[in-house]
Amino acid sequence: MTPGGPSGAPGVVVVTGVSRYLGAHVAARLAADPRVGRVIGVDPPAAGGEFTDLLSGVERVRVDAGSIGGLLADLDVDAVVHLALVSAPDPQHGGRAAMKEQNIIGTMQLLAAAQHAPRLRKLVVRSSTAAYGASFRDPAVFTEETEPREVPRGGFGRDILDIEGYVRGFRRRRPDVTATVLRFAPFIGSTADTTLTRYFAQPLVPTVFGRDPRLQFLHFEDALEVLHRSVVRDHPGTYNVAGSGVLALSQAIRRAGRVGVPVLEPGLSGAAALARTLGFGRYGLDQVDLFVHGRVVDTSRLQREYGFTPRSTAAAFDDFIRAHRNGIVVTRERLAAAEQLVLDGVRQVRSAAAGERS
Amino acid sequence: MISEQPGDHWDRKVASGLAFLRGRLAGDYEIDEFGFDPQLTTSVFHPLVRLLYRDWFRTEVTGLEHVPDVGAGLVVANHSGTVALDALILSAIIHDQHPQRRFLRLLGADLVFRMPVVSAVARKGGGTVACNPDAERLLDSGELVGVFPEGFKGTGKLYAERYKLQRFGRGGFVSAALRTGTPIVPVAVVGGEETYPMLADVKPLARLLKLPYFPVTPTFPWLGPLGAVPLPSKWLIEFCPPIATEHLTDSADDPLVVFNLADQVRETIQQTLHRLLEQRPDPFGP
Repeated sequence: MTPGGPSGAPGVVVVTGVSRYLGAHVAARLAADPRVGRVIGVDPPAAGGEFTDLLSGVERVRVDAGSIGGLLADLDVDAVVHLALVSAPDPQHGGRAAMKEQNIIGTMQLLAAAQHAPRLRKLVVRSSTAAYGASFRDPAVFTEETEPREVPRGGFGRDILDIEGYVRGFRRRRPDVTATVLRFAPFIGSTADTTLTRYFAQPLVPTVFGRDPRLQFLHFEDALEVLHRSVVRDHPGTYNVAGSGVLALSQAIRRAGRVGVPVLEPGLSGAAALARTLGFGRYGLDQVDLFVHGRVVDTSRLQREYGFTPRSTAAAFDDFIRAHRNGIVVTRERLAAAEQLVLDGVRQVRSAAAGERS
Repeated sequence: MISEQPGDHWDRKVASGLAFLRGRLAGDYEIDEFGFDPQLTTSVFHPLVRLLYRDWFRTEVTGLEHVPDVGAGLVVANHSGTVALDALILSAIIHDQHPQRRFLRLLGADLVFRMPVVSAVARKGGGTVACNPDAERLLDSGELVGVFPEGFKGTGKLYAERYKLQRFGRGGFVSAALRTGTPIVPVAVVGGEETYPMLADVKPLARLLKLPYFPVTPTFPWLGPLGAVPLPSKWLIEFCPPIATEHLTDSADDPLVVFNLADQVRETIQQTLHRLLEQRPDPFGP
C-alpha cells in the first residue's frame, strides 16, 4: 500500500515522546486525520502510561533509543516527528544528565536510524527559539537566518544548538527527505503545563532587577496545528513559530494580576544553580537568560509558507490567565475599586475644604 | 462660594492620572517588537526631557521641516556631553515640535543594553541596539531612526576637543540607509559639550568599571550627586536638508560610495556646527 497520494500526507508516521503532553496530543491528532494511515508512538521503556485515553488510535511501542533503527526499517516509516525533547531537568528523573541523554543522544540515534530508513520522506523536528542564544549584542528580532552570537549558558539552549546541528548533517546526507525544523516560542494556553506556565501561576513572581525582557508565547493549540500541517503537507526548512506581538515581562505579570519581585541578576543565577544542585525547582539558567535578554522572533516565513497565523502572544496569554484565575493578587476589579476610592476621597476632601471656606 | 472651574480642572487631572495609573498597573498598553512603549514615552519620559531642553537649556530648533513627514528617515547627529543627553533631547524635540509628532527610534551602543535599568528604559523609550538588522528593520517599516556615528568617541572627548567631530566608524549607518533607500538628515547639536565639560579621563578607573571612559568635570566627582546636574548651557539644534539615497540602493556594499556619503554627512554636520557656534558667542548666554 502506498499511502499519501496527492495531498502529500504520509502513510506511516512515527511520533517520539508520546508519553509527554505535546507528543501525546500531536499523535492523537494525527491518528484522527483520515489522510494519515498509521500513527506509531515511540517511547523509552521507562516511560509512564499517561494519556492512554487520548492515544487510543495510536500504536505505542516501547523501545530504547539505541534500537529504534530496526523499528523504522521494519515499519516502512514515511515520516518521523521528533518531539521527545526535555526542556528542563527533572530531578526525579535523573536531572540534567538524563535530560542531555534524552535530548542529544536520543536525537543522534533517531537521526542515524532515520538516515537508513529507505522509505522515509519526511522529518519534523521540534526545536526552540532558544536556538538564537542570548547576548547583549543581539538584534531585537531574530529571523531564521540570525546566527547566535553567544552560546547560551542554559542546558536546554545548548542542547537545541546541538540538535539543530545534527539535523543539518542529516539534511546533507539525505537531501531526498523533507526536513522541517520548528523553532517554537514558549508554549502557553489554558491546558499547557510548562516551566513558564508554572512560573506565571505563582502569586509572587521573581524577575531580574532592572530588566524588562520582551517575551513571545505560542498558544499550545497553534503549536499542534503547525506540527500537524508540517506532517500532512510539505514545508521544508526552518521556521520560527510564535504568536505575533510582544509582551514585556512586567506587562505580562500585571495582566496576570501577579506581583513581580525583582532579584539581582547574580543572585538569581546563583539561586538557579543552587536550586538545581539541591534538586528542587525546575528553573535554570535558560530561564534567567530569557528573563535578562528576552526573545522575539520574526514569523513572516511561517505565515507565508504555511498560510497560517498563530494567535497573538497577548491572546495566547489571555487564554492562560482565564484558566488560572486563582492566585491572582491584583485584579482589575480591585484596581478599579481602589481608583474609585481615591477619587471619592479627593472629592470629599475638596468639598469639605470648599464648605469651610464658603 | 469659590468658582467651580479650577476645581473641575484639577478633578479631571486627578481622574486622568488615576486612570493612567490603573491602565499601567493592569498592563493595558501595547509595546512593539522592539519593546517601544509609546504611552510611557509620551506621558512620562518626554515631559521630563521637555523640562530639561526647554527650561534648563533654552533650546532653539531650526530646520525641522527637513525631517520627512511620512516614511523612513535616518537622522544623523553629532554626539557630545559625557552623558548622552543629546539623544534624549533630540527624540523629545522631534516628537514635540514636528507637525506629524513623529517618534525618533534611537540606536544605542550595546553598553546601554548591558546595563540594568538603563537597558529597560532605553527599549521602552524606543531605542534598540545599533546593528544593521535592527536599523534596516526599523527603516523598512517606515520609522524615523536616530544614530550618532561617533559613538563613545563623541561623548567621551575632552572639553578642549569640543565640537570637533570624531571619526564616523565603518559607516554602517550609511549602508543601512542605502540598502533601504532612506534619506539621511544630518543634524548639528550645539550646547551638549558644555553640559558636563570633561576635563580629564581617568582611564584606569574606566577599565576597572568596564566603562569607555571615567569623566572628571568641574562638578564630578567633587560634588557627589550634585555633579549629575548638567551645566545650563545654551542649546541650538539645526536640521540640515536631507541627502537622498534612493538612486544608490545598489551601492550599499560599495565601500567607496559608503565612505564618501559618510564624509558628506560628516562635513555637513561639522560646517553647521561652526556656523551655529558663531551665532552663540556665549555658551551660557540667554
